[in-house]
Amino acid sequence: MRRRILLVVFALLTVPLSAQSPAPLQVPYRQFTLANGLNVILHRDTSIPVVAVNMWYYVGSANEKPGRTGFAHLFEHLMFEGSKHVPEGQFDILLEGSGGDNNGSTSNDRTNYIIDVPSNALELALFLESDRMGYLLDTMSPQRVDGQRDVVKNERRQSYENRPYGMASIEMDKLLWPPTHPYSWPTIGYMEDLTAASYEDVVEFFKKYYAPNNASLVIAGDIDFDRTRALVEKWFGEIPRGSVVEPVAPPAAILTSVKKKTLTDKVALPRVYLAWLTPRFYAPGDSALDVASSVLAGGKNSRLYKRLVYDMQIAQDVSAFQQSGALGSQFQIVATARSGHTAAELQKVIDEELDRLRRDGPEPREVQRAINQMEASFYQRMERVGSFGGKADQLNAYKFAGGGPDYFAEDLARYTSLSPADIQSAAVQWLPADRRVELVVEPEEKR
Amino acid sequence: MTALGVVKLGVGSLVLAVMVAPALTVRAQSQPDRSKPPSLGPTPQLKLPAIQKRTLSNGVPVWLVEQREVPLVRVTLLLKSGGSDDPSGKFGLASLTAAMLDEGAGARSALEIADEIEFLGADLTTSSLFDASAVRLGVPVARLGPALAVMADVALRPTFPDAELERVRQERLTDLIQARDDAASVAPMAFARLLFGPTHRYGTGAIGTAATLKAFTTADLKAFHAAAFQPGNATLIAVGDITADSVVPQLEKHFGSWRAGSTAARHAAVPNASQPAQRQITIVDMPGAEQSQVRIGWVGVARSTQDYFTLQVLNTILGGSFTSRLNQNLREEHGYSYGASSRFDMRLSAGPFFAGAGVQTDKTAESIREFFNELTAIGKPVAADELTKAKNYVAFGFPSNFETIGDLSAQLEQLIVYGLPDTYYADYVRNLQAVTADAVLKASATYIQPQKFLVVVVGDGKVIEPGIRALNLGMVRTISIQEALGE
Repeated sequence: MRRRILLVVFALLTVPLSAQSPAPLQVPYRQFTLANGLNVILHRDTSIPVVAVNMWYYVGSANEKPGRTGFAHLFEHLMFEGSKHVPEGQFDILLEGSGGDNNGSTSNDRTNYIIDVPSNALELALFLESDRMGYLLDTMSPQRVDGQRDVVKNERRQSYENRPYGMASIEMDKLLWPPTHPYSWPTIGYMEDLTAASYEDVVEFFKKYYAPNNASLVIAGDIDFDRTRALVEKWFGEIPRGSVVEPVAPPAAILTSVKKKTLTDKVALPRVYLAWLTPRFYAPGDSALDVASSVLAGGKNSRLYKRLVYDMQIAQDVSAFQQSGALGSQFQIVATARSGHTAAELQKVIDEELDRLRRDGPEPREVQRAINQMEASFYQRMERVGSFGGKADQLNAYKFAGGGPDYFAEDLARYTSLSPADIQSAAVQWLPADRRVELVVEPEEKR
Repeated sequence: MTALGVVKLGVGSLVLAVMVAPALTVRAQSQPDRSKPPSLGPTPQLKLPAIQKRTLSNGVPVWLVEQREVPLVRVTLLLKSGGSDDPSGKFGLASLTAAMLDEGAGARSALEIADEIEFLGADLTTSSLFDASAVRLGVPVARLGPALAVMADVALRPTFPDAELERVRQERLTDLIQARDDAASVAPMAFARLLFGPTHRYGTGAIGTAATLKAFTTADLKAFHAAAFQPGNATLIAVGDITADSVVPQLEKHFGSWRAGSTAARHAAVPNASQPAQRQITIVDMPGAEQSQVRIGWVGVARSTQDYFTLQVLNTILGGSFTSRLNQNLREEHGYSYGASSRFDMRLSAGPFFAGAGVQTDKTAESIREFFNELTAIGKPVAADELTKAKNYVAFGFPSNFETIGDLSAQLEQLIVYGLPDTYYADYVRNLQAVTADAVLKASATYIQPQKFLVVVVGDGKVIEPGIRALNLGMVRTISIQEALGE
C-alpha cells in the first residue's frame, strides 16, 4: 500500500534539468529558526488550495547501531500510531476526514514525514506533527512496537524476499561497503534485528534523534506567511530542545579489487549487477556520473541499451544510476539476460562499452541530450508542492545537503556546466574495471 | 479563491493577535490547547481551470487548458479504441500496435525518433489500455514545434518495420516470462483469467498471450492502426504554458490534414461477463514463497454506472484508504500484511472488483478469514462518522487531482473516454457528498456478495492449502502458474 514507504536511498536530487530555460528556476522562501532549534522554511504557491507540511529528521539507518538494523524505519512506522493527545488511529482518521494524505519514508541519511492537506486543515496538520515530536513516548508501549514490527517484517517480505531479485540490493550493500560502514546494512533491516528491537530502544532513539534541533520543517502551498509562522510558534515552540546529535563518522570506504558473488533466486533469467563506490552527493564527480548513467543506459540510443537490448538483443533491460548519499554514493549498472543468454555475455559487452567511454569519452550530442532531459525534469519537479519529491520535500532536501533550500538553479548548473571531457574523466576515475563489485543472480536449478 | 482569502485573513488575524508575545519569547509562551484537535476552517474552493474547446479543419476536437506554472506543455492524442477492440483470437493487438508507433514513423527510424525526442528534453509515450489508446507528449514549451512534428509522424505515419516488430515481440514474450517470477504480477493475471475466462477480453492482460504475440504480423498492426487512428475517433488535448490561440495553429499544421481512412473506426463495447455461480478457491502454487498474494472478488461494474459516487464512498470505507476496514484489520490489527486494499476497476464494460493483499505465508488462512469478515460486515449499515470521514476524504482531497499538467490531462482523458458531461468536475464534490448511508447499504448488497466471490491465492501450496481447506469456504484446488494463466 502507499503508506510508509521505505525509500532505500535514491539520489536525493539527482533528477534533472536543462536547455536554454525560458523561466528562472526559483523557489522563493522564508526561513527562520525557533528558540528550540527547529528550522522552518515557508514557501507560498497558491495554484491549488493545498498545503504541504514536510518534516525531515536528520536520522536514518546510518545512525543505527549493530544489532538494531532497520530501527530508524521501524521507528518511522511508530510515528503514525498516536501520541499523548492523539489516540491510536486518530492521526489517520483526522487527516482523512479533512481530505488530507500522509506518508513517511526512511533512507540511510534521513527520515521524512509528509502531510498534504486542504489549506483549511493546516493547523490540524501542525497539531498532529508537533504532538508526535513533543509527546510520542507518553503513550508508547511494547504492544505498539510489536504491532508495527509485524507490519515491517511483511514490508520486508513483500519488497525483498518475495520480490524477484529482491535480495540483490541487500547483498550488494554488504559487498560494497566495509562491514562497519553504516551503508553496509539495509535500511529495511535484518529480520533478526527487527525481532530484537525493543520498547527501550524506542525510548532511547526518540530522545536522541527526534528533537526540534535535529529537524527541519517546510510548509509550502496556499499559505499566509505571518499566520503560518505564528501557528508554527504556537504548536512547536513549547517542545524542548534536545542534545546535539553527533554526526556519523563512517570508516573509509574503498574498493581495492574486484569482489564477485553469485546468488540464486526463483527467477527465469540471469541478471548482472556491477557497482562502484563514488563521490557523495554534490561532490565533484557526482553530477558527471549522473550524466554518465544517462549516456550508458538512458534511452534507445544510450550505449548499453543500444548494444545489449537493441542491436544484439541479448538483454531484456539495462539500467545505470548514481545513487547519491551523504556519506558516499554508489554507481550501478544492472542488466537482465534474455532467455538463452548469460550474465557473462552481458558483462563482456558492458566492459567493452565502459572501456570505450573511458578511452574516447562521450560525443557532445550524447551529453547535451542527457542535460536537456535533466533540465526538463527540473521543471517537472516544480509542478507539485507536496508528496515525495514535491517542492516542499525538495526544499528540505537541499537544506539537508547544505546548499540552502532554494538550490534549484545551482543544482541545475552542476549539469549544464559539464563537458564531454568531464564525463570521460569521471568514468576513468570512478568506474575502473579492477575495483568494483560483480554480483550475479542466477535462476535456481529446478524451475 | 476570493472567499478563501477572506477566510484565511480572518483566522490569521485572530491567531496573530494571540501569538504576538509568545512569538517573541518562545520559552515563556503558554502551552497550546491540545485537549482537542484544532477545528477546520471553511472548506477552500478549488477554482477549476477552464476547458477551452476548438476544432481542427478536419473535425478533430481540441481540448485545451492553460496552466502557466512552469514552462512545460503536454499534448495528448487520444483514440477511443483500445484492447477491448482487439479482434477475437488477437488479444494484445491494440497494445502492440501502440508500442510499435515509435519504432519507425514517417522518414524517421526508431533510433532517430528517440534521439530527437530526448534531445528536445521531451518525453513521448505510446500506449493502449482496454478503453483507449494514446500518444502523449511532454515538452518544454519553447520546443513544442519540433516535438509536435515527431509526435504527428509517430501517431499518423508509423511504418512498423519488420525488424523492430520482431524485437518488440521478443521483448513482450520475455515480459510474460518475467511476470511469472513475481507473485504480485501473477495474482491479478490469474484472477482475471479465472473470473472472465479465456475468451472474454478482460480475461487476458492488455498485452495478450504468448500465442497471440507470436502470431501478429505487420498487416495486423497496419489494419488496427488504420481502423483506430482516424480523425473521427480522436481528440487532441493540450495542457500547460500555452494559449489556445498560439497552440491551435500548431496542432492544425501537424494534425489538420489527417483524413479518415476507408474503414470505419473500430469501437465495440465488450459484453458484460456473467458472475461466478458460487464461491471457489484457487491456489496458484509458488513453492517457497514468503508471502501469499490474495485476490478476492468478482465482476464489478462499468464506469457508466449510476452508482459511481456511492461506490467511491463504499470502496473508500472498505479498502480504498489507509483507515479503510481491510487495511486496519489486515495491517494495523493483525500485522499480517504491509497493506490491504480493494477496488472497482471500472471500464466501458464491467471490470473486476477485488480485495487483495500480500500476506505472510504462515498467516494466509487467517488473512483470508479476515478478508471475508470485512466483506461480510460491509453488508451492514455504515456508521455516520465513518461515512462522513470517507466522503470528506474523497471530496476534500479532490483539488489534489488538478495540480500538475499531467493530472489535468488525465482528468480530461477521463471525460472524453467515458463521455462524462462538461460539468462533471464542477458537480463532483456535491454528488459525492450527496451519497447516503442507505445508498451505501444498497450498493453493498448488490455489488459485494462474498458467498459468490472467487478467491485466488498465489503462494506456497504445500504450506497454505491445509489451512485454507479448513476455512470451509468452498471448493479448493491447487494449480500451477501455467494452468492459471492458460498456457
